[in-house]
Amino acid sequence: MGQQQGAYFVPTKSSWPIVAAVVMFVTVFGAAHWLNAEPGEASFGKSVITLGFVGILLMFFGWFRSVIRESLAGNYNSQVDRSFRMGMMWFIFSEVMFFGAFFGALFYARMYAVPWLGGEGHGVLTHQFLWSDYAASWGANGGGGPGRVGGSFQTVAPWGLPLLNTLILLTSSVTITIAHHALKAGHRGKILVFLGLTVLLGATFLYFQAHEYIEAYKELNLTLQSGVYGSTFFMLTGFHGMHVTLGTIMLAVIWLRVLKGHFSKDHHFGFEAVAWYWHFVDVVWLGLFMFVYIL
Amino acid sequence: MAHAATHDHHDDHHGAPTNFFTRWCMSTNHKDIGTLYLIFSLAAFFVGGSFAMVIRAELFKPGMQLVQPYFFNEMTTMHALVMIFGAIMPAFVGLGNWMIPLMIGAPDMALPRMNNLSFWILPFAFALLLSTLFMPGGSPAGGWTMYPPLSLQTGSLAYAVFAIHLMGISSIMGAINIIATILNMRAPGMDLLKMPVFVWSWLITAFLLIAVMPVLAGAVTMLLTDKYFGTSFFNAAGGGDPVLYQHIFWFFGHPEVYIMILPAFGIISEIVPTFARKPIFGYKAMVFAIAAIAFLSFIVWAHHMFAVGLPLGAEIFFMYATMLISVPTGIKVFNWVSTMWGGSMTFETPMLFAIAFIILFTIGGFSGLMLALVPADFQYHDTYFVVAHFHYVLVTGAAFAIMAATYYWLPKWTGHMYSETWGKVHFWSSVISVNVLFFPQHFLGLAGMPRRIPDYNVAFANFNMISSIGGFWFGASQLIFLGVIIHAVWFSKKKATDRVWEGAKGLEWTVPSPAPFHTFELPPVIRDEELAHGHVED
Amino acid sequence: MTSGGIRPDGIKPAFFKRAAMAAAAVAGALFTGMALANPKPGQLNMTRGVTEWSSEPYFLNNVALGVCVVIGVLVFGAMFIAMFRFRKSRGAVAEKWSHNTMLEIVWTTIPVIILIVLAYLATGGLTSFADTTGSQMTVKVTGYQWKWRYDYVDYQGKAIDKVGFMSKLDDQSNDTRQLGSGLDPNAVKADGEQTYLLDVDKPLVVPVDTKIRFVITADDVIHSWWVPALGWKIDAIPGIVNAAWANIKTPGTYRGQCAELCGQDHGFMPIVVKAVSKEDFAKWLAEQQKPAAAAPAADASAGASASATAPAAPTKG
Ligand code: HEA
Ligand code: HEA
Ligand code: CUA
Ligand SMILES: [Cu+2]
Repeated sequence: MGQQQGAYFVPTKSSWPIVAAVVMFVTVFGAAHWLNAEPGEASFGKSVITLGFVGILLMFFGWFRSVIRESLAGNYNSQVDRSFRMGMMWFIFSEVMFFGAFFGALFYARMYAVPWLGGEGHGVLTHQFLWSDYAASWGANGGGGPGRVGGSFQTVAPWGLPLLNTLILLTSSVTITIAHHALKAGHRGKILVFLGLTVLLGATFLYFQAHEYIEAYKELNLTLQSGVYGSTFFMLTGFHGMHVTLGTIMLAVIWLRVLKGHFSKDHHFGFEAVAWYWHFVDVVWLGLFMFVYIL
Repeated sequence: MAHAATHDHHDDHHGAPTNFFTRWCMSTNHKDIGTLYLIFSLAAFFVGGSFAMVIRAELFKPGMQLVQPYFFNEMTTMHALVMIFGAIMPAFVGLGNWMIPLMIGAPDMALPRMNNLSFWILPFAFALLLSTLFMPGGSPAGGWTMYPPLSLQTGSLAYAVFAIHLMGISSIMGAINIIATILNMRAPGMDLLKMPVFVWSWLITAFLLIAVMPVLAGAVTMLLTDKYFGTSFFNAAGGGDPVLYQHIFWFFGHPEVYIMILPAFGIISEIVPTFARKPIFGYKAMVFAIAAIAFLSFIVWAHHMFAVGLPLGAEIFFMYATMLISVPTGIKVFNWVSTMWGGSMTFETPMLFAIAFIILFTIGGFSGLMLALVPADFQYHDTYFVVAHFHYVLVTGAAFAIMAATYYWLPKWTGHMYSETWGKVHFWSSVISVNVLFFPQHFLGLAGMPRRIPDYNVAFANFNMISSIGGFWFGASQLIFLGVIIHAVWFSKKKATDRVWEGAKGLEWTVPSPAPFHTFELPPVIRDEELAHGHVED
Repeated sequence: MTSGGIRPDGIKPAFFKRAAMAAAAVAGALFTGMALANPKPGQLNMTRGVTEWSSEPYFLNNVALGVCVVIGVLVFGAMFIAMFRFRKSRGAVAEKWSHNTMLEIVWTTIPVIILIVLAYLATGGLTSFADTTGSQMTVKVTGYQWKWRYDYVDYQGKAIDKVGFMSKLDDQSNDTRQLGSGLDPNAVKADGEQTYLLDVDKPLVVPVDTKIRFVITADDVIHSWWVPALGWKIDAIPGIVNAAWANIKTPGTYRGQCAELCGQDHGFMPIVVKAVSKEDFAKWLAEQQKPAAAAPAADASAGASASATAPAAPTKG
């Protein structure tokens, strides 16, 4: 269809949105049912979640397929492109705020809650009347709180796997940037190699993180239940890990799309969106490495 | 210029799809989606309102007559959640959907399919939330603020948390869409500082939404893990702190209340100039004031927590910051009055609601200012004084603005005039009864009646009875509202003109009434003197 | 009323504060000027309370109300004049202006000045509230679903051992408040007062003219300890201790309620404080200590230690 620069594009009816609403509902309904079941009680929750997840995958597949078709048909002019970019940017901003809530919890627990329980400043009376035998500190000794919730545990040393993971993610940021430049220069082979590397690095990161979790649970007795230390540790790293998982899947999809030749030198929003997302995940990790592991 | 909207299928280029399911469930049309939002919010208003009627009926006189205490708490909680997330917010999104593209000369929203998803999540989210009322463990009953540890005792917490996640996703996507639309879809010549104030108010509100809805999601996620996975975020024995939840919640919660009032400010700023037939006073100051309120809203959250035992420095900081908000809000009030001054006013129903808004919202603002004074708040906090405060800003503020907007734009949406007589009956009946309903609650609070209680000492009996009578009367008045809308949509014979109101300015009045399915497929030519109030001379 | 003009320590009564006091009196006169200890039918304004400090919120409330009423009259007055003068039906023709920088500056500055005055007044009241030093008595208050526990910690420099008890809704109110009990709330009376839902089996007894420090916590969920006549409420949070103080000037019985939603019976956990003369208090205290010294007093010590152990949030999973 003859597209002029600056023309509007309004997509017409689509059943994907309502399908998306349904499958999201099915998933969370299953999850809620599963969580809410009494221990030992039979629950159809898990099967419903699985059903929901499959639905979500199919939905994404279908929805994006139609978007890709439209894109390939040349429907997307620069204005549509800008709308997409803004959408992605603000979506990432919302994710920043989501992480912000968990980081806020970490800072509050470390800087206020735990010291107060130990009798510092505002917490004198709390300490005196309720927790007089609690010596507050962050980490292995005091991070389980005055009730030593979850028993004694050890923390993950930052300079082993976490450092390695930091390097892995930093490298992946470089490889994806190289791939991006290659895309702009039109070197398909180079894109595939470097994008492929990025996917592999992401997967390696996840492998190491799984390893770290297993070690934490088995050897350090550091679990989600280990007081507020364990809560913040696993909440932050786990939530980040979910984002890496998602990012890796997205990268893999993009790799396939490059293989199929979907992107051109100056028309490759899909690639850029994933790259932004990947950089965001990377930056969040740097914050994590700093505040969760080192300090 | 070769501007033309293109569609990926050409079969429905010039009209609405005829198939019901296709039209309403698969829509990508901002007007249809806006309509869906508005219908949904009206339904939620009635559902939330009936919960309020249960509350008022139980509080009609001392002694327990109708419901068990736990059910009462469920009603309080659900009333607030349904009103906030089901009635007020979707109504504003609906108005934004309908009007923003029309006001900036865009053919549709920037991301039309996502728009439809934003809407369709909502009915499912509310099905999930309301279903908890019928579950063995009961629905959440710890207040809409869901403070732990109490909320962790809720049997069906997971359902409520996921429902809130869904509503959050919906709001964030809606907000992203609105930002992209406003920043990217304006007709050539529609500069930012020529946009109607309503569009500005929504732009800023959308930023607030994207910034705080994820924080709410984070807060309730931690509730979820504390309950089901043994984390200790809000458990002092584990090194956490129940107060932490309140900080995170109110970091969301306070901007949230401005999310429910800024678009209302925008609406009033459209209506007052129209019926005063005079450009809005201090356009730039109005825009700036909205931005200032939005900014300040991020640094006042702990004014909801003056009684939790904050360190002295924190109490003082949050008190001062909170008080500051009165200044930009005052600017808005003064500017509305100045817009009327020297005008040529008529008093059709939208204008009546707008005037009631200005007075009654300001009264609610005044009680807000009183609440901000920490020593006084030690007495007011968690009493009916607070309940009176927020119903003045929410019901006679947000809800009245939505009613004003409905009367104002209904002729544009339907192509028919509503019945002015019945509109006025609705207005007078509402404005009197709402004061009978909420004004005595100030006295109850001052005399010492706590909020969220199903029964009370006999000293509080007289004002509670008055309040309940006002409540039933106000509720019944809303049936008139429903009647006026139904009449205007299906039965009214009186055709609306394109401009509808003599003093109306702005692009939305240049398209036919009812607005055709597709508008501005060619960008309109922007003429400054035709703009609503975008004509800024300095 | 002894509390009327007492200023909190450490705050110098500034001149304009007195002036504001006068304005407050005018504002207060719009409503009932009396200091009310317990809620009265038809009561319109906040109680002045019976402690050294409780006039602070009362005073601030009246000043702020006065300020708001004045601003309200001006703004709404201007609006009504506009609505009357500039109506189309009277032939008004719309003017074209939409600016007036001078005016805009004025109505930005004046509110700022008003706010500074209010902030100054409020800050004074707040700092004196925050100062719990120099108290002559400590009472520990613990909130439970749905009753209160009081432990006397020290008095006049001496630690008190094992004086503590639970305090819950009185039986008559409790019977009456059952759904469909058919009993008349008006019939619930104590000492000629209508005490429906505002009476307990065992009140907290304290001496007058004593700076009492309350240390407040909870055992299960968050509650809030509030007696309006004392002028404040503060949350009782599990695992955390909050402090506040009161110096009651008038002997009497003061009633309040839990002020933080704490579950189904949140509305049914009142608070009663009985302020008695120092002599009477000494007698009462001695009496409480007697059985405690004779018997093992399992109840009191068990309760005290129960709240010291982990009030773990209910978890599952
Ligand atoms: C639309 C919603 C809305 C709006 C706009 C506001 C506006 C304000 N609110 Fe309100 N508020 C709520 C909704 C809202 N609030 C809700 C829902 C709660 C309870 C939540 C819960 O606990 O469930 C609450 C509770 C609440 C509290 C906590 C009370 C407590 O629990 O103890 C406080 C305390 O500071 C407060 C303050 C304010 C202030 C200072 C404003 C200001 O923005 C008001 C500013 C406006 C004016 C002042 C009037 C106009 C100005 C002039 C005419 C200029 C001149 C005036 C002066 C200089 C005085 N609000
Ligand atoms: C967002 C907006 C919003 C709106 C619009 C309302 C609207 C109303 N609210 Fe409120 N309310 C809140 C937000 C809102 N509320 C919040 C946030 C809380 C705090 C909750 C908490 O503590 O956690 C609260 C709490 C609250 C309480 C305190 C409960 C307690 O502390 O226990 C009360 C009590 O009177 C009340 C009453 C009402 C009434 C009578 C209306 C009326 O305006 C409703 C009018 C509408 C209708 C009645 C529906 C339409 C008509 C019909 C269905 C027809 C049938 C009716 C008749 C014939 C009579 N609300
Ligand atoms: Cu205890 Cu409310
Ligand atoms: Cu607030």
